[in-house]
Amino acid sequence: MNLRSFAAALAVTVALPFGAANATDLEVTHWWTSGGEAAAVAELAKAFDATGNHWVDGAIAGAGSTARPIMVSRLTGGDPMGATQFNHGRQAEELVEAGLMRDLTDVATKENWKDIIRPASLLDSCTIDGKIYCAPVNIHSWQWLWLSNAAFKKAGVDVPKNWDEFVAAAPALEKAGIVPLAVGGQAWQSAGAFDVLIVALAGKDTFLKVFGDKDEEVAAGPEIAKVFKAADDARRMSKGTNVQDWNQATNMVITGKAGGQIMGDWAQGEFQLAGQKAGVDYTCLPGLGVNEVIATGGDAFYFPVLKDEEKSKAQEVLASTLLNPATQVAFNLKKGSLPVRGDVDLAAANDCMKKGLDILAKGNVIQWTDQLLSADSQKQKEDLFSEFFANPSMTPEEAQKRFADIIASAD
Amino acid sequence: MAGHTRGSGRPNQWLRNLNAKLASIPMILTAVVIFLGGTIWTVVYSFTNSKLLPRLSFVGLDQYERLWAAPRWLMSVQNLAIYGLLSLIFSLAIGFLLAALMDQKIRFENTFRTIMLYPFALSFIVTGLVWQWLLNPEYGIQSVVRSLGWTSFAFDPLYNANIVIYGILIAALWQGTGLVMCLMLAGLRGIDEDIWKAARVDGIPMWKTYVFVIIPMMRGVFITTLVIIASGIVKVYDLVVAQTSGGPGIASEVPAKYVYDYMFQAQNLGQGFAASTMMLITVAIIIVPWAYLEFGGGRKRA
Repeated sequence: MNLRSFAAALAVTVALPFGAANATDLEVTHWWTSGGEAAAVAELAKAFDATGNHWVDGAIAGAGSTARPIMVSRLTGGDPMGATQFNHGRQAEELVEAGLMRDLTDVATKENWKDIIRPASLLDSCTIDGKIYCAPVNIHSWQWLWLSNAAFKKAGVDVPKNWDEFVAAAPALEKAGIVPLAVGGQAWQSAGAFDVLIVALAGKDTFLKVFGDKDEEVAAGPEIAKVFKAADDARRMSKGTNVQDWNQATNMVITGKAGGQIMGDWAQGEFQLAGQKAGVDYTCLPGLGVNEVIATGGDAFYFPVLKDEEKSKAQEVLASTLLNPATQVAFNLKKGSLPVRGDVDLAAANDCMKKGLDILAKGNVIQWTDQLLSADSQKQKEDLFSEFFANPSMTPEEAQKRFADIIASAD
Repeated sequence: MAGHTRGSGRPNQWLRNLNAKLASIPMILTAVVIFLGGTIWTVVYSFTNSKLLPRLSFVGLDQYERLWAAPRWLMSVQNLAIYGLLSLIFSLAIGFLLAALMDQKIRFENTFRTIMLYPFALSFIVTGLVWQWLLNPEYGIQSVVRSLGWTSFAFDPLYNANIVIYGILIAALWQGTGLVMCLMLAGLRGIDEDIWKAARVDGIPMWKTYVFVIIPMMRGVFITTLVIIASGIVKVYDLVVAQTSGGPGIASEVPAKYVYDYMFQAQNLGQGFAASTMMLITVAIIIVPWAYLEFGGGRKRA
């Protein structure tokens, strides 16, 4: 190759990115890697690619607890991605305060997010000092008990309609060689299950007093003691789970090896992927069948401040694509979560999602612990409950005392 | 160099060997800025309430008080103590024993040495995964023994909170003893053949020769090995993550994992820095006396 053609080749490779400038690559990092989640995120990528841009998938395997440190270190280390998932709430609070995240208020006013996003608390979680920093994409609620109809049939008992019936059915399940309650080994799962028990058994007000007002007297009081008794039951029923990941635990329910699982509505994507039908193969009990309240945690996309003009434009396109009615429906049906806007048609939703939508329409919603507590307090809570669920010699009283301490020191 | 060759009067001490000094400046800067600077920065910020991002608002000893009140930290320290002591004793003892056996002029010594050293070529993550499977009651040793007919056999250390740390110890020893053996073997080969002949002439039994003559002569090798093992113990992290990720519950947590989890997952840098400062102190307790013996006391004796 002579020098001139070499130089020409070099020039072409340099010029190429500019030539294709209207198809901007935008790297999007997220931790949606289980089967149902991957199918859902593919819908987002499809919608974004349809706008003439290109979605570069930056999936980080493992749960959010693995992915978030990687995202944060990229952001603080000066290597920002185009957009990134966080659970909206306090996880990205400091990143916003440090000026690393882009202000989306312009896009939000142009597209009227204030009017279309429902419930309003979602947008509040994205708002810091009156400015909007994230685009919520779905509502995830933790308050679900998933039950395997096949497991209860095998044990010869009716499928329970609430938590108490479930606890009562546990011995029959055990006799049939079925683990009554699947709880994966990752710490966030046991901590989350406990938060669900609080809402279901002690009620919305107690939940808000403990996590919202950080009232340690309530946390040490009789209402929460009742919840710790239930957690003790849950601990006994979860013995023999021996899996780590949440989707492995969900799989135990799908295959009938476990009776049930307390897990967020993202578990539904797994049931769907396995070809199971709500009401026939599995049963879902929002609020554990006791107290039908759902929390409006969920996922949101944050957009780091970028120097590249083209990419910044593409960020705006992505933000409005995420909230587009068609994208919302396609994504949330696959993901098993609820859309963030009330004006979309979810006729294709299954029984469980419809139950969720009903509760949402009635306004029985609360903010979730991700929105109320700092990551630090959440971690301490996880340490406590992973120990509690693994160590049968730890009494509920002892655990409650430590729980109250965590609440007292929470910020 | 320049000052040296001109030769007018005494050469300036600072300018002697100038090329070598210039060449070592980058390394000296790296050492001072990155190692020393980073260490000081970490210790300073461990007295602040830094959350996700470092900020200088001092809170005194709060982070340390919280650290030493946290059940998970106490469990981590206890695990490290058990793991450290046992892995020190066993890897030295087994390593020396293997080396002594290998030193008996056996056949196929090269082959054996390679086999023993192979595990060391694997990372801790791979080692951890291999042993996670071996110790899993449904696929591993327990199920093999049960399928042979001993159906009540139970061996599932990774799922029993009381003994999980020993399950991790087994994997660490499997991985680490090969290296200790090689170091010891090198030490043994460095012993003069005449010493053995003299001992044989005097009719001293072999084990006595090892204990009273050979081991004291191998002091240098032992100390080097000790430092290598000890620093490996303090930083143990990946092995635990691969085998149990700290579970069941918090039963196999170690300090390095506490540091990582609190710095990045809990977004509480202050707490993570306090924990890593405690680890630094531990390392200093090991290294300082050794350095003193090797470089301070040793020179005077020589």
